[in-house]
Amino acid sequence: MIFDRLLRPVRGLRAARFTLLAMFVLPGMPLLEASAADQEEEKGLQIARDARKQDEGFGNFAAGMSMVLRNKKGQESLREVRVKVLEAENDGNMSLFVFDQPRDARGTALLIHGHKDRSDDQWLYLPALKRVKRISSSNRSGSFMGSEFTYEDMTVQEVEKFTYRYLRDEPCGDGLDCVVTERVPVEKGSVYRRQVVWRDKAELRVWKVEYFDRKDAHLKTLTLGEYQQYLESYWRAGKMVMVNHLTGKSTDLVWTDYQFRTDIDERDFTRTGLRRVR
Amino acid sequence: MPSRITVRLLCFGVCLIGVSVYTVSSRAQAAIAEIDFTGRLSAESRWFPQPALFPDQGSNASGFVAIPNLYLEDEAGRVLSITPFFRYDSADARRTHFDLREAYILLTGALGNGEWELRLGIDRVFWGVVESRHLVDIVNQIDLVEHPDEKTRMGQPMAYVTWSSNWGVLELLGMTYHRARTFPGSKGRLRASLIVDDERVEYEGSSGKWHPDFAARYSHTLGLMDFGVSVFDGTARDPTLGLCLDCGGQPGQSSPPGPPALYPTYERIRQFGVDAQWTTGSLLLKLEAIRRTGARNLLSTEEDYNAFVVGGEYSLFSLLGSDSDLTLFVEWDRDGRGRRATNFYENDLFAALRFMLNDVQGTEVTASVLHDLDRSQRIYGLELARRLTDTWSVNLESVAITNIDASDLYYDLRRDGFVQFSLDYHF
Repeated sequence: MIFDRLLRPVRGLRAARFTLLAMFVLPGMPLLEASAADQEEEKGLQIARDARKQDEGFGNFAAGMSMVLRNKKGQESLREVRVKVLEAENDGNMSLFVFDQPRDARGTALLIHGHKDRSDDQWLYLPALKRVKRISSSNRSGSFMGSEFTYEDMTVQEVEKFTYRYLRDEPCGDGLDCVVTERVPVEKGSVYRRQVVWRDKAELRVWKVEYFDRKDAHLKTLTLGEYQQYLESYWRAGKMVMVNHLTGKSTDLVWTDYQFRTDIDERDFTRTGLRRVR
Repeated sequence: MPSRITVRLLCFGVCLIGVSVYTVSSRAQAAIAEIDFTGRLSAESRWFPQPALFPDQGSNASGFVAIPNLYLEDEAGRVLSITPFFRYDSADARRTHFDLREAYILLTGALGNGEWELRLGIDRVFWGVVESRHLVDIVNQIDLVEHPDEKTRMGQPMAYVTWSSNWGVLELLGMTYHRARTFPGSKGRLRASLIVDDERVEYEGSSGKWHPDFAARYSHTLGLMDFGVSVFDGTARDPTLGLCLDCGGQPGQSSPPGPPALYPTYERIRQFGVDAQWTTGSLLLKLEAIRRTGARNLLSTEEDYNAFVVGGEYSLFSLLGSDSDLTLFVEWDRDGRGRRATNFYENDLFAALRFMLNDVQGTEVTASVLHDLDRSQRIYGLELARRLTDTWSVNLESVAITNIDASDLYYDLRRDGFVQFSLDYHF
């Protein structure tokens, strides 16, 4: 009774806050890198740098994101989120996430002001109480809305956060000519020991990521596909599938209605704008 | 049975909606760009394990809640939002009630390098940061029959302007038509020995509930700090309860005098408030403080006072390598009037643990205690929430009141601990 009952819509969203941002940035700009001691590391670093450069200048975009969560028995659960992102010139991007499914979280919204030099600012809007709450941004490895995606899977990777190594060339995606690199988190707090990433050479799009846990067991595999190019520059995956090999659970993530350079402006990314979300 | 006040409010709301619809639809070629109909239906049951203290009271109360929302937005971004609320309660006719939680039009525009926003109609406004109580939050009346935690708020007619830019957010509110607090009837639990007469509501000053009330708040974010300073000048939301020997104790029996009852008086008050939160890593530090003048204390004498809540929350994310999060809340509630305070937060320690599984069902368990530091009473709360499907969810809540002192304001509630089950459908 004494506890604020109306905070409940937050449940399951906690893990999300950090980072949805990165989800859609993932295909375009992951690996950034460390010092290049040998040629393999140099090559890995250059690939990541080039990939990142390709995603600059998009301005803003809006998209819909729907996830199908599937457990071992094949039972499904649906998550739907609307996303808006505004590219900032000198700081991290601003993003807004509005939850439509599950229905009990409907109207709940998450606002993130990303920062390059410090942790992000995040506010959650709880429609039942019309409350805007500033929330912590230090969650890293939690599940996003009960899915197989975690914060770490989706976050924008800063250069210093990984070391890279070029592994080999091999075909990936739909028989594309691809390059395989390995990235190792520098930070000890990571739930992963290493990740292996497949990119096509032509456009540097990510087609597959394998995640290995601290004991170096193959924990999860992310497969990306249905890429489309927007504004003749920006590639976005239409579908991402994350499979957890330990639990047998999986999450299908589908992106819809990508719109670049819409009439989104900074007013959509304020605390007062957050109160108006629909 | 809706009271006269409710009926009047309903009329007011309907008129307002009419005007709003007319305004929105008649303006130019305003085509509706978005229509959204959402909401919640709940079936609820409360069980009181201990025998009732007063003869009319029972051990069970069941009922349902409907809270739909109609949202219209035209191509110019003008919004009309209507949220009625209705509860049916099998035990207490007073708890069966209707309210217009929202019925407003919303207009926005650019102003300088910032923006303005106007909300006209019935709306709810939330100010504050702490969890144990809502101290600074003053714009809306408490719908007390909903839950004894005093956190459910009723709709309030207002003109509400917000101006925001890189210097912060400034909110200005003009309000009238004061809403009287709801109180349980004779058959309801969680009440004092005397019924609060809802037909006799008194106000300080001749303009009564039509007195114009004003409120303002400035808030801003500076790095890790979010803060707000607010002022309210107008009719109190908290009533002073007086003894009435000739009131009808039962609603609807106005002519023959009933048993003694209580009647609410709403004074003119002024309140200054501060709320602040410092968000660093997994730790949130919070403060809410007020200074209120013009209100009466428990002895019915006017007393200016300060009150504050200070505390924080700390989260352990991905507990022991699992998907679960554990959050600890600790807050200290203090009211400068001490035992003359008109609420039970005179000097209390609040502690809570919230365990979130972060599973597909969004399972969440919260345990809390509100411990009176001057006396021995404690109020325990336990809550379990879980999603069943994408549209259905359940909520189980239990409240226990222990060691309550005979001198305490809430002594009459000593047997009113309850267990509540709710099945919710979201659409």
